[in-house]
Amino acid sequence: MAQVKQAPGDVTVLVPTGMLGAGVQREHVRYGIAAGAQAIAADSGSTDSGPSYLARGVSKMNREAIKRDLDILLDEACRARIPVLIGTCGTAGTDSGVDWTRDIAVEVARELGITPKIACLYSEQTPGDLILKNRQGKVTPLSPVGPVTDEVLESCEHIVALMGPEPYIAALHAGADIILGGRTTDAAVLAAVPLLKGAGAGPAWHAAKVAECGGQCTVNPRLGGVLMRVGQDAFEIEPLDPANQCSPESVSAHMLYESTDPFRLTEPGGVLDVTKADYQWLNTRVTRVTGSRWESMPYTMKLEGARAGNFQTIMLIGIEDPEVLAHLNGFHNTLHRSLTDRITATFGAEASSCDLSLRFYGWNGTSGRAVPANTPAPRDVGVLLVVTAPTQDLANRMAKACNPYFFHMPLRPGIELPSYAFPFSPAEIPRGQVYEFLLNHVVHTRDAFELVRTQWTDLALSTREALENV
Amino acid sequence: MSKVGEVCRHVRSKNAGPFWVTVDLFFRNEELFRRYRDAPALAPEVFARLYETDPKLVKRLPVDNLHMIKISFPRAKPQGWMGERDMHGGQLYARLLDVELG
Repeated sequence: MAQVKQAPGDVTVLVPTGMLGAGVQREHVRYGIAAGAQAIAADSGSTDSGPSYLARGVSKMNREAIKRDLDILLDEACRARIPVLIGTCGTAGTDSGVDWTRDIAVEVARELGITPKIACLYSEQTPGDLILKNRQGKVTPLSPVGPVTDEVLESCEHIVALMGPEPYIAALHAGADIILGGRTTDAAVLAAVPLLKGAGAGPAWHAAKVAECGGQCTVNPRLGGVLMRVGQDAFEIEPLDPANQCSPESVSAHMLYESTDPFRLTEPGGVLDVTKADYQWLNTRVTRVTGSRWESMPYTMKLEGARAGNFQTIMLIGIEDPEVLAHLNGFHNTLHRSLTDRITATFGAEASSCDLSLRFYGWNGTSGRAVPANTPAPRDVGVLLVVTAPTQDLANRMAKACNPYFFHMPLRPGIELPSYAFPFSPAEIPRGQVYEFLLNHVVHTRDAFELVRTQWTDLALSTREALENV
Repeated sequence: MSKVGEVCRHVRSKNAGPFWVTVDLFFRNEELFRRYRDAPALAPEVFARLYETDPKLVKRLPVDNLHMIKISFPRAKPQGWMGERDMHGGQLYARLLDVELG
């Protein structure tokens, strides 16, 4: 096993997973600690999974998965006396997501019999504060959207500002053992400890960007996370699994991941520029990177906001009738027209506030695009009807009105009515609300702390107080 | 004539935040990459047609050492809108595979 000895001055951070709750492996954490990890850092969220988590302020991950991963991380970190930093708690990084994660961490700590000092960093914003900032010209749009209005800010259920590393660094200075952050850029939570300990800003940010998704920058992403070792002018990325590799290609390719520009990445307080970065094998498992640059800029924090909108009810049928399958484009149009007429006839003016969508899975359901002529008929399609309406009740009633037509629509007039395959009863499924992302803006701040609040939970203190109160 | 799906060893797409999609085209080798690096078949207008995006905002960034081209463009509608069919944009690349590069 090729393990790289830590050079003096290098700062080593263990990134056990790309997403807290995805399944941390204890042996990987032990490997990283044995290799000299000075902190464990991980991200716990993203906008990736859609607007509902931000609009509702609830986690995509289940509580048990978060608890299991925190149990391993807190246990191993406490033994090694190194801090744990978690960014974007609760998927969207709302205040409620931070509190939810803190409650789980406190429960884990009590079960482990440890008494860490926990810092919670909050970056949720009120519409009112941002309306003021906007009037001062301090909220600016990012392509492709335009300036934000008061109405849009007020319509958001939750708004979060993406933190940089500075609040994490301040909490570490103040003695935090565990830091649970609200919305934070993926790279910032990983860059915090190297920046605190004086690593070069270019390598620190670049290493953090590469490691943000854990094993995604390795040759075999299913084999767990990575170790980032950051120096003044270079950094190294090593996989936590002895059987895995971080190759120059797997590491450099990660700069491409989920970003629009593979060379320049804007972060709070600056831009990471990797145009001149050079990626080389250090040994058979580890890649070393030089040439990463950081350009300081005036401090900005990106904003994310989401609102709750209309409601949807869905119905699904399966079709294996070969004649229907041989004429799917025509059948789609006939069915859509028939259902639209049915809704108009049944609901009158109310129908105009609603939307009917048919998606033929197995044909063109994923894209909704026209299928080229002469495409062979499939063996089976699933037809999903999506009814969108201002209330759940109305969407349900409209789906019910569609039911007999959806179920029995003949391919052409004059034939016996077919019955397509409903998998469920009741056939209509209330799906809940449609949520929308609204903000693609940045707020210009005085510094990294202006929009951030820190709260402490000191379990040593609360244990002492509990004992004194006995 | 060669199609994207034939000259690339890997093509992928993903949201880059809720308002953008990014497509990565990894070519089979350096020669193919050089040949199609600036191919007009991957011009902004092609992306406007395939993805209902504004051609003026399409960004095309070749990465020479990886023999790949990254093309990013605004989503026709933000992620999660009422008619969403691909929440993560992970299947949007598929319609590119049959594009003739000439």
